[in-house]
Amino acid sequence: MGPETRSWREPHRLVLIAIGIGIVVLAATTMRWDWLPRYSGRLIDGVGTTLWLLALTSVLGFLLAVPLGLAQAAGPWWLAAPARAFCTVIRGTPLLLQLWLLYYGLGSLFAYWPEIRQSWAWPYLRQAWPYGVLALTMSFAGYEGEVMRGAFAGVPRGELEAARAYGMSPWTAFRRVWLPRAIHRALPTLAGETVLQLKATPLVATITVVDVYAIISRVRQDTYLTYEPLLLLALIYMILTGILVVAFRWLEAKVPVKGA
Amino acid sequence: MFDWIAGLASWELLALDPPGWGGVLLAGLAVSLQVAVGGYILGFLIGVGGATGKLYGGPVIRDLLDVYTTLVRAVPELVLILLLYYAGTDALNQIMMLLGAGPMDISGLAAGIFVIGVVQGAYQTEVLRGAFKAVPHGQIEAARAYGMTPLQVLRRITLPGMLPHAVPGLANLWLIATKDTALLAVVGVAELTLVTRQAGGTTKSYFLFFCAAGLLYLMVTLISNVAIRRIERFARRGMPEVR
Repeated sequence: MGPETRSWREPHRLVLIAIGIGIVVLAATTMRWDWLPRYSGRLIDGVGTTLWLLALTSVLGFLLAVPLGLAQAAGPWWLAAPARAFCTVIRGTPLLLQLWLLYYGLGSLFAYWPEIRQSWAWPYLRQAWPYGVLALTMSFAGYEGEVMRGAFAGVPRGELEAARAYGMSPWTAFRRVWLPRAIHRALPTLAGETVLQLKATPLVATITVVDVYAIISRVRQDTYLTYEPLLLLALIYMILTGILVVAFRWLEAKVPVKGA
Repeated sequence: MFDWIAGLASWELLALDPPGWGGVLLAGLAVSLQVAVGGYILGFLIGVGGATGKLYGGPVIRDLLDVYTTLVRAVPELVLILLLYYAGTDALNQIMMLLGAGPMDISGLAAGIFVIGVVQGAYQTEVLRGAFKAVPHGQIEAARAYGMTPLQVLRRITLPGMLPHAVPGLANLWLIATKDTALLAVVGVAELTLVTRQAGGTTKSYFLFFCAAGLLYLMVTLISNVAIRRIERFARRGMPEVR
C-alpha cells in the first residue's frame, strides 16, 4: 500500500463501506442460509482438516526444500542434477495433474502388487489422504527448494570463511552460520508460499479427502444451491488468508533484521 | 505380478489414431493452450486497465480495484473458477432471456477464457502497476520538456523503461496461466488434464496417461522458458547483467 494508504473515514470510503454492508445484508436476507446450522459442525471439522493439511505439508515441504536447495547450490553434479530436475518437473506441471498421477496412477499400480497389498502400509495406501499430503508436500518443496537454492547461494562467502577460520567443522559452520542465514534470507517468501499452499489445499477434495471445500461441495449436492455455499467458502478462505498474512507479519517483526 | 509393467509399456495406447488416445490428448492440449493464451490476453487487457485505474483513477476507482485484486488473490483459484463459471454463464443466460432469446449454450472454451482472464487480470494489474512505478519520474519529465506528446512519451520512454521490470512478473504469470487451465477440469472443460483422466479411466492405464500429459505440460513450460529468456534479454538490453 505504501504512503498513499489513507484513512477509512474518508467520505467516499464510508459510502463504499455502506454499499458493501448493504450487499452483505441483502445476501443474508434474500439468499437461503437455512442449511447452515445443519452443516456448521462438519464445516468446522473441514476447516480443521484444511488447516492441518496446510501445516503438515508446509512443514514437511520446507524440511524437504532445505536439502533440495543445498544440493542445487553446493552439491556435486550427481546431487544437483536430480534436485534441479525435481524442482523443474514440480514447477512445470499442474498440481492437479500431480495429485491425480499419484492417486489414480500410483494407487492403481499398488493394487497390482501383492507385496504391497499384504504389507502393513496397505490400509493407509488405500485411503486418499496420504496421496494428498504427498502431492502438497512435494509441491511446496519444489517451489521453496528453488527459493532455498538462491538463499544458500546468496549467503556471503566471507561469513562461511570466517566460520571455518574460527575452527568450526563444516557441519558446525553449516548448522550455526550457513543454514540460519539462508533461512533468514528465505523468510520473506515464506508468507507468500504459505498463502499459495492454502489456496492449493482444496484440490485434495478431487481425490475424496474431506476438507472444507469437500463439505461445501456436499452442501451444494444436497441443497441444489449454487451460490450461497460457494460465497461462504470464499469468505472462509479470505478469513484464513487474512489470519495467515497477519501471523506472518507478526513473525517477521519478531525476527531481527540487520540495520533495521 | 509384473502385469503392471506390461501395462506401463503398452505404448500403442498413445497412438494418434482412435484405438490409441494420443490424438485425444493433443486435442486436449490444444484446448488448454487456447484457454491459456485467451485468458492471458484478456488478463493483460484487464491488467492494463487496472494499472491505469490504480495510478490515475479517482479514489473510488482505486478502492474498487484494490477490492478486486485483494479478493482474487485471497480466494483459491479453484473456488474462483467455480464461482465465476456459474455466475458468468448464469448472467449471460439472464441477458439472453431479457433479449428474448432462449438460454444459450456457452462453450467451455469461452467460459474458461473468461475465468482465467479475470484471475490473471488481478495479478497482471499489480505487476504492471509496479513496473510503471519503477520508471524514474525525471525521465518522463525530461521527455515532456523536449516537447514529446503523451503518446510519444509512452512509446519512447515509459514502455521501454517499464519492460524490464514487467517481463519477469508477466512471464511468471504466463506459466501460472498454463497450469491454471488444469483447474477447468473440475467444471468439465475438455482440456488436457480432464481428457487424460478420461483416457486413464477407460483404459485403466492411469499412470501411463498422466505421465504423458505431464510431459506435454513440461514441454510447454520448457519451450516458454526459452522464449522468456530471449524476451528478457531483449528487454534488458543495455542494462547491467543480473546473476
